[in-house]
Amino acid sequence: MDFGFTTAAYVVAAVLFILSLGGLSGQESAKRAVWYGIVGMGLAVFATLIGPGAGLWLLSLLLIAGGGTIGWYVANKVEMTEMPQLVAAMHSLVGLAAVFVGYNAHFVMGHVAGLHGGEELGTFAALVAHKSPVELNILKVELFLGIFIGAVTFTGSVIAYGKLAGKVSSTAKKLPGGHALNAGAAALSLICLFWYMGTGAFFPLFIMTLAALFIGYHLIMGIGGADMPVVVSMLNSYSGWAAAAIGFSLSNDLLIVVGALVGSSGAILSYIMCKAMNRSFISVILGGFGGASGPAMEVEGEQVAIDADGVANALNEAESVIIVPGYGMAVAQAQAAVSELTNKLRAKGKNVRFAIHPVAGRLPGHMNVLLAEAKVPYDIVMEMDEINEDFPDTDVVIVIGSNDIVNPAAQEDPNSPIAGMPVLEVWKAKQVFVSKRGQGTGYSGIENPLFYKENTRMFYGDAKDSMNALLPKLD
Amino acid sequence: MKFGVPKEVFEGEARVALTPESAKQLQKLGYDCAIETGAGALAGFSDKDYEEAGVEIIKTPAALWKACDIVAKVRQPNATEMKRLKKGQTLISFFNPAGNEAGMKAAKARGANVIAMEMVPRISRAQKMDALSSMANIAGYRAVIEAGNNFGRFFTGQITAAGKVPPAKVLVVGAGVAGLAAIGTSTSLGAVTYAFDVRPEVAEQVESMGAQFVYLDFEEEQQDGAATGGYASVSSPEFREAQLAKFRELAPEMDIVITTALIPNREAPELWTEDMVAAMKPGSVIVDLAAEKGGNCKQTVKDEKIVTENGVTIIGYTDFPSRMATQASTLYATNIRHMMTDLTPEKDGQIVHDMEDDVIRGATVAYEGEITFPPPPPKVAAIAAKPKEEVKEKTPEEKRAEEVAAFKAQTKQQVTLIAIGAALLLGVGLVAPASFMQHFIVFVLSVFVGFQVIWGVSHSLHTPLMAVTNAISSIIILGALLQIGSGNWLVILLASVSIFMAGINIFGGFLVTRRMLAMFQKS
Repeated sequence: MDFGFTTAAYVVAAVLFILSLGGLSGQESAKRAVWYGIVGMGLAVFATLIGPGAGLWLLSLLLIAGGGTIGWYVANKVEMTEMPQLVAAMHSLVGLAAVFVGYNAHFVMGHVAGLHGGEELGTFAALVAHKSPVELNILKVELFLGIFIGAVTFTGSVIAYGKLAGKVSSTAKKLPGGHALNAGAAALSLICLFWYMGTGAFFPLFIMTLAALFIGYHLIMGIGGADMPVVVSMLNSYSGWAAAAIGFSLSNDLLIVVGALVGSSGAILSYIMCKAMNRSFISVILGGFGGASGPAMEVEGEQVAIDADGVANALNEAESVIIVPGYGMAVAQAQAAVSELTNKLRAKGKNVRFAIHPVAGRLPGHMNVLLAEAKVPYDIVMEMDEINEDFPDTDVVIVIGSNDIVNPAAQEDPNSPIAGMPVLEVWKAKQVFVSKRGQGTGYSGIENPLFYKENTRMFYGDAKDSMNALLPKLD
Repeated sequence: MKFGVPKEVFEGEARVALTPESAKQLQKLGYDCAIETGAGALAGFSDKDYEEAGVEIIKTPAALWKACDIVAKVRQPNATEMKRLKKGQTLISFFNPAGNEAGMKAAKARGANVIAMEMVPRISRAQKMDALSSMANIAGYRAVIEAGNNFGRFFTGQITAAGKVPPAKVLVVGAGVAGLAAIGTSTSLGAVTYAFDVRPEVAEQVESMGAQFVYLDFEEEQQDGAATGGYASVSSPEFREAQLAKFRELAPEMDIVITTALIPNREAPELWTEDMVAAMKPGSVIVDLAAEKGGNCKQTVKDEKIVTENGVTIIGYTDFPSRMATQASTLYATNIRHMMTDLTPEKDGQIVHDMEDDVIRGATVAYEGEITFPPPPPKVAAIAAKPKEEVKEKTPEEKRAEEVAAFKAQTKQQVTLIAIGAALLLGVGLVAPASFMQHFIVFVLSVFVGFQVIWGVSHSLHTPLMAVTNAISSIIILGALLQIGSGNWLVILLASVSIFMAGINIFGGFLVTRRMLAMFQKS
């Protein structure tokens, strides 16, 4: 097969990838969109395998099959609530692969530079052999960048995975020195770049990798749990940029195209998330909350508890109910119980809807996926902007395991760390029930005045058990 | 100043506008009170009672009208009485201004000030002088009593040794003040009471009185009663049809029907048609409180009680309040007294006719030789209307201007971005070799496409989007595939690991996405 076929296949694959992303604009077209992506990927791999330059294709196929089996197994086994961890873990693989591919490029380059013309070493080597000195320099910058971003993505994703899976503490932590350390590591990397450009040796590349790994680790450690949706989509973006950089160094257009697509989509997602939290994009990427400018407002009153009977009575009398799910619902695996509750209430002719904050959960759109899993119809699942005005006319709001996204302090207390963040105005409803495990401040560690409001009752206990306790009490 | 009350000249009218009790209150305001002899006799107040309260008794109406600066009455004054009006005199009475052009002209010609009690606006502050309500309250109560008087059975259901008595079924049409009073009386007597009103918002009041509200299967934006000062307005023909159909359905079951439907300044609407009357059981009773304005039932004869061929009694009395003269007089006199209190801010026995005051202005129909009817709309809304979102309609020009401005701003922003981008590209192009530029163009275009595509992704699909982009980003496998063939063992090793990891990602990513998307479903 010649080069022409591969290029043609790449063009088709690129178009398929674009269609695949664009198709996600609606639930129904999204189902088709995945197939575009799968076919595009299959085509790309196939064309590369039979195209010029690829060798050891049997080994390649075996490796893909092996990896694919693991991927298949994991994807089928994973719980929907563990989706954030899974995505983060997968990003780390892409990051690491990018680092390795970058290293390879370096080795081949060094090899070829020594040989001065090695046609027998494969296309990439041949390509490298024909490059002018300027082009070689550009190549060095490109693969340097690819490795750098790949390494940051790798450690960042590993830490994000740890935080999401609860294996690493979710609070924002920084080593003494804070941003200075990051800046130092970045500066070191820059020095390494010049060093590498000058000598072409492996050593500066290696030093830079260590620095980048550290940056990835330290950056994500410094970001609090509440910002995780942004972090995940940001890492997604990074993995794309890494692929694009590697694509430059390998002169592979498809890699560039797809890398750029993924990179820009991740960047936009992060931007959308940040806007939803009223947080500056830069300050999130550089690590966590901006410090509060004063002491947080004192919260007065006390949290009043209520039992399942009380909640059930209120629900029986209510005309309109809005459920606000959060990460707590995911943790407790309560979505099935919530769905059943919804069905029961809807069967009685009540108006039941779900209000989803853009950053509810640990992944953009996390709640939608969980509710979909529990077969809650998506046309009663509303976005914040669609439903926020309806709270004053609502009889009962049930908050299940969400905290910051219903925190009135965002509007009332200018010193709150989340001041100015758009929130669901649940406290305007006639009655609010908060299903929560205990009296703590939760994932982000911010006190929530909602729990102390007069129309709020605390429904303590595991969300799943609480919902199941309600079910038989609804007549 | 002197406040006087003549004897009512209207035949059968037993009420009086002054009671000994209210006279005492008026004296505290600084007025001298006078009453025509025998004016309170039918209401149970003798001249002696008045005298004891310090009221001057005047023998003839002519002398009374002449002597007093303020005259208060119950019924609309007749022509003779209007002639007795003098310049500067104030008359407080029911006046029916909408149907009493002659009366207003007479008042204008005489230069007298007339306050019409039915024109008191329905605002909270004026409730104490709202004589229509106080009289309607009595009418509603009395209507049930009259009905019971002509109805041959118990109201309440009883099971006695002598047999079982079913409870009477009462339908009240129109849940205004009279209707609500009738509902209250009827339920407290033990009847099963139903009520209907064209204003759906009164359902709550009806139910609070213990009656069942009769809902129509009809979808129409009924005008909120709050917009018309708490009174019903004219309904559409379709609505009327639905309403009559409902009544037809109810007619055979009902023992007593009390209709109170009145629309201000209009003929009473026909709600209880002949076929409904015919469908009712013998012995049933209809009390038509709208008889004065033609009646809600066309068979009603004003001021009379008739029995139809099928044995249904129809009561068309218009003098229910007068039939309870003592009670009615007490309430009406109190209304008048409150009106006087508002007219006498200094409590010095001098009337201050403040035409800036909403209540006084609204009720005044003739003032200083001018007809002042109809009044301007009150400044305070009658009933707190539901605050409707007043979305300011922008004029087309304003909208156009806004669009143009937004368009200009957008253009400016885009042009700036493009200019900066082009400058950067040119800068890169000056230094970089052609081979790099080729890829670079591809890169920039892809970023651009990515930006354009992702904005359209719906919010709820962000998680699948992440999973898909994650799967797609394992395109890095291509790099590894290209490198695995190059003889160096280290390269082969690293490339193999990369292929393996990317393989996990491709399968895992796409599968997970498919799993998620398969779950999204419509209700």
